[in-house]
Amino acid sequence: MKELSLHILDITQNSIRAQAKLVRLVIIESLANNELTIIIEDDGCGIPADRLQNITDPFVTTRTTRRVGLGLSLFKAAAEACGGFFEISSTPGVGTKVVGTFMRDHIDRAPLGNMADTILTMVMSFGETDLNYEHDYNNQLFVFNTREIKEILDVESLNEPDILNWIREFVQEGLEEIMEENIYGKVLSRTKSDS
Amino acid sequence: MAKSLAELKAIRDKKLNEINLRHGKNGYRVVVGMATCGIAAGARPVMVKLMEEVDSKGLVDVTVAQTGCIGSCRLEPIVEVYDANNDKVTYVHVTPEKVTRIVEEHLAQGKVVDEYTMTVVDGKVIDPTVKG
Repeated sequence: MKELSLHILDITQNSIRAQAKLVRLVIIESLANNELTIIIEDDGCGIPADRLQNITDPFVTTRTTRRVGLGLSLFKAAAEACGGFFEISSTPGVGTKVVGTFMRDHIDRAPLGNMADTILTMVMSFGETDLNYEHDYNNQLFVFNTREIKEILDVESLNEPDILNWIREFVQEGLEEIMEENIYGKVLSRTKSDS
Repeated sequence: MAKSLAELKAIRDKKLNEINLRHGKNGYRVVVGMATCGIAAGARPVMVKLMEEVDSKGLVDVTVAQTGCIGSCRLEPIVEVYDANNDKVTYVHVTPEKVTRIVEEHLAQGKVVDEYTMTVVDGKVIDPTVKG
């Protein structure tokens, strides 16, 4: 995958297959700790313990259309290639949690990529499933919650061009905002120490 | 926050009728293969482009959604178009550029774009439309 956001898109599709009602996506970027963490948590059907053991084995899959399952394997490999780690935990009937941590400045770390288009694609593919996305960039927080938007609009699905366009810009601008403030903050502190 | 929730409410008031229209049963249902194979091959830009084109052409009776692995990973990104009778046309190796034509000709005018379909697979010629 060229972008970490594509791994995210891929893994959330597992949640949809697991009939999750809510998918929680948390991205934490910390420049101070040189860390980028991605957490995807759902309330889907879960994975039995015996399957969980070899879930990241690319030759293990429950699908019948092909004999390999690469999604989690690729995400694990990406994290481990960047001095990070991968973790999966699941309780049948309760849900599944996937965590990938990366050394943020590792030379092999793929860029996070286009989160606005990723969220847009997720919303289009989620149907009635809700997404709660929290992005923490150096303690600046952006939150996007589809349940809230559905309540405001009084609709069950957000798969409408007008709504999708709004979501795309909302995410784009929201992320720019938390990242901008950070750069601004840095400039300020530098000026302070210079004087 | 620059984008306001008030703006969202304006969308609700303006579009309520259209939203009801879209869930009528007369239009096309478009699905994009969204498993690992599809995503790695470029399903996301295809999905985004589909949304943009359906929006700009004002096609209110078209829905775009996702499906899992279709089983022909080497042909991804794959886009399937179902009509009101559930007959299906499969487009393979789809790019955002191809989406423009598929929306313009197939979704807007009902003309299948033969050259982008799975008409020839492993030397076998098949009808682009599969009956539902």
